[in-house]
Amino acid sequence: MTRRALAGGALLAVPLLFFAVFFGYPVAAIVGRGLRADGVWQLGRLPEVLGDPGTLRVLWFTCWQAAASTALTLALALPGAYVFARLRFPGRRVLHAAVTVPFVLPTVVTGAAFLALVGRGGVLDDAFGLRLDDGVWAILLAHAFFNYAVVVRTVGGLWAQLDPRQEEAARVLGAGRLAAFRRVTLPALTPSVAAAALMVFLFTFTSFGVIQILGSPGRATLEVEIYRQTAQLLDLPTAAVLTLLQLAAVVALLAAHRLVTRRHVGALPLVDPAGTAHRPRGWAQWTALGGVLATVALLLALPLGVLVERSLAGPDGYGLEHYRALAHADGTFLVAPAEAIGNSLRFAAAATLIALVVGGCAAVALTRRAGRLTRGFDALLMLPLGTSAVTVGFGFLIALDEPPLDLRSSWVLVPLAQALVGVPFVVRVLVPVLGAVDDRLRQAAAVLGASPWRAWREVDLPLVWRSLLVAAGFAFAVSLGEFGATVFIARPDEPTLPVAVARLLGRAGALNYGQAMALSVILMLVCAVTLLLLERLTPSRSAGTF
Amino acid sequence: MSLLELDGVSVRYGDRRALDGVRLAVAEREIVCVLGPSGSGKSTLLRAVAGLTPVAGGAVRLAGRDLRGVPAHRRGLGLMFQDHQLFPQRDVAGNIAFGLRMRREPGERVAGRVAELLELVGLPGAERRAVATLSGGERQRVALARALAPDPRLLMLDEPLGQLDRDLRERLVVELRQLFGRLGSTVLAVTHDQGEAFALADRVVVMRAGRVVQVGTPVEVWQRPANAFVARFLGFRNVVTATVGGGEARTPWGAVRVSTGPTADVGPGERTLLVRPSGVRLSPADEGAPLTGTVAARTFRGDHVLVLVQPAGGGPELEASCALREAPGVGATVGVSLDPGEVVVLDGEPTGDQHRDQLS
Repeated sequence: MTRRALAGGALLAVPLLFFAVFFGYPVAAIVGRGLRADGVWQLGRLPEVLGDPGTLRVLWFTCWQAAASTALTLALALPGAYVFARLRFPGRRVLHAAVTVPFVLPTVVTGAAFLALVGRGGVLDDAFGLRLDDGVWAILLAHAFFNYAVVVRTVGGLWAQLDPRQEEAARVLGAGRLAAFRRVTLPALTPSVAAAALMVFLFTFTSFGVIQILGSPGRATLEVEIYRQTAQLLDLPTAAVLTLLQLAAVVALLAAHRLVTRRHVGALPLVDPAGTAHRPRGWAQWTALGGVLATVALLLALPLGVLVERSLAGPDGYGLEHYRALAHADGTFLVAPAEAIGNSLRFAAAATLIALVVGGCAAVALTRRAGRLTRGFDALLMLPLGTSAVTVGFGFLIALDEPPLDLRSSWVLVPLAQALVGVPFVVRVLVPVLGAVDDRLRQAAAVLGASPWRAWREVDLPLVWRSLLVAAGFAFAVSLGEFGATVFIARPDEPTLPVAVARLLGRAGALNYGQAMALSVILMLVCAVTLLLLERLTPSRSAGTF
Repeated sequence: MSLLELDGVSVRYGDRRALDGVRLAVAEREIVCVLGPSGSGKSTLLRAVAGLTPVAGGAVRLAGRDLRGVPAHRRGLGLMFQDHQLFPQRDVAGNIAFGLRMRREPGERVAGRVAELLELVGLPGAERRAVATLSGGERQRVALARALAPDPRLLMLDEPLGQLDRDLRERLVVELRQLFGRLGSTVLAVTHDQGEAFALADRVVVMRAGRVVQVGTPVEVWQRPANAFVARFLGFRNVVTATVGGGEARTPWGAVRVSTGPTADVGPGERTLLVRPSGVRLSPADEGAPLTGTVAARTFRGDHVLVLVQPAGGGPELEASCALREAPGVGATVGVSLDPGEVVVLDGEPTGDQHRDQLS
């Protein structure tokens, strides 16, 4: 028993050490840098910054745009959750995979796509003189765009597994169609809707790339403001206070999410989702299907289509001009933008490996119930998702610059930062699958003579290798798209794709704009291909909750 | 010498004692069946022997060697899990060969042994079938073959037939007994089904709340339950406290003659009394039986009918076993007499509220 506890402790030590050194330490370092002067804590800065009207304005905008984005996303995506869960129609699988593409798309690409659709010089501007980028609608739509899949996967995933006979039982007992839904299905779904809403709120609350591209000075989230204070105004004390503020908000959100998801676990009789879908019947279901297809086309497909269109549109009609221009270095870059592709793939691959090792150890430790220690641990793992990436990036620079951790000039700095956001995905994908492996299977193997390590290889691995690949894919995609931290720590001669896109968008001129679009398309294709490969691998039962 | 010996073994789950000083010995080639209600600790017993649950006190010895500190995978025992726990990603042959592969047996030997075992359990040629396509009975056979494959010194079965329907169960229990006899296996099985235990075992061990309450051959246990708990667990309802003395027992149903039976040390005083249903004779009400009562319920049992009689003078209901043709209808008034040959004075503590314990 002690040996087993020891092994569990060792498994737990890997992620703990990783997060302590590459998350806790840098964040603490930057907060300390901001709030300490001459070795004395300057806590007076806290009320000062928090009481500042500018801070309150940022906080207010951050909150209400997140709430509005969440409401809009739920309104648009809940019908989608129903349709993908309950209706069978040709192309459902492919479409289900396709709606997930925006979620793994780098936020920079999302921003660029909506800029191309509704921004200045965008398609709607060209055609109707319509621009939305000076209002908040572009931001809200972009948020709905990339969070659509969160709702469809979280709520729809559960909806597909709810036993339709529950509703039938209510119907037989005299409930009307609507009453049966309201009294049976809706209560069963409520926790997952709440969980999805909280995740969307979290993602939009900490939105950076989208707002950076589509926002305006009056429209900054905390995350954007932290970036501005850090990188442009060099006001580290204010940035530190804002970082703490965001951290507190994220912790509260995660705690709420945990509360909501834990309450109903295991209480519902779930069935194989393959058996619950049917062909649409009656006008209502056909309308729902039509509405969802239209939403997917307008909200998800149109911006991406426009992105492609803009990348091909040159001054002399359509062509590959912008793509060809990527191969040459010019004033903007030290290297040709195309090299960013190689950099991105290299960094993302390394980040994936790190995330798999760290997240894998964490997932195994979590499912082996190593005691009370692990209880808050899974929530802790989610923290990097909501922490200001800018803070993390800048923290890396000031914290990891002394021996023995002098990594400033090492290429591994970028993958390490990217792995931080990859780990939560790895854990979220692996924990349910590893948790579903019956411990008695391992015991059966042990009684038949398999050592613990052999039992893991013979029993767990064959059951989870697909999920391991899925986790790897998710980690790869989010690493590829990581922007907030990478923009700080990527060296000028080694930009990643999102960094290069942002840099190109930051420059004036049609050529730069076109190149940014072209580079975004390439990034989108890499992500989409990764994801579509994953969808073929995903075991039907354990589709991710993201 | 015993192959397996449990010497005062205790297992704790938190504050609860799942096993409490269990002493038990299994001889070579013996089939011992542990019988008890759920929660009595019988599965824990197997897990403790297998090394899957840490033992808090006492010793488990296999062929004289203390197993303390020996991990499960080095004990060389066979365990058939309650719901079989076949490896879902392996086919039938992959499951059966698992233990042999762990022992690094050469490939051709493994294949031969798998075929031999499939033959033995009545599934020849099933090597390549997926586990998911097997029926309940087939799974049970594969699980058995998997446990037998490495030729374990002791084979343990946890509710081996629990998941199967009655018909199949009765057939398999006979097959299992024949098979173990032929192979000379030493078997320790647990079950909550007395029929299964009696059909399978050379010796039955009845457990309750982590303790062994009776050990004996099936016939001994059936004829002379150790106490009220065992009697009730075996399905007897006519268990009451009676005052015994002078070759007679005074029961709530009146006095009845008792022989003090083979264990002559059953002295006078407050005792627990069992009247088997076959010893409750019903007669027409007007024939002068010492006790009358009203038929409260009838349960059809195929070859006989169980009749529940509410005695007219109060006292607990009496269960009587009647031939189908003679069974009175519900509401009928009947005379009741007790056959002294079917009345047993039990050892052990008086009845108390053991019914409650049995449910816990």
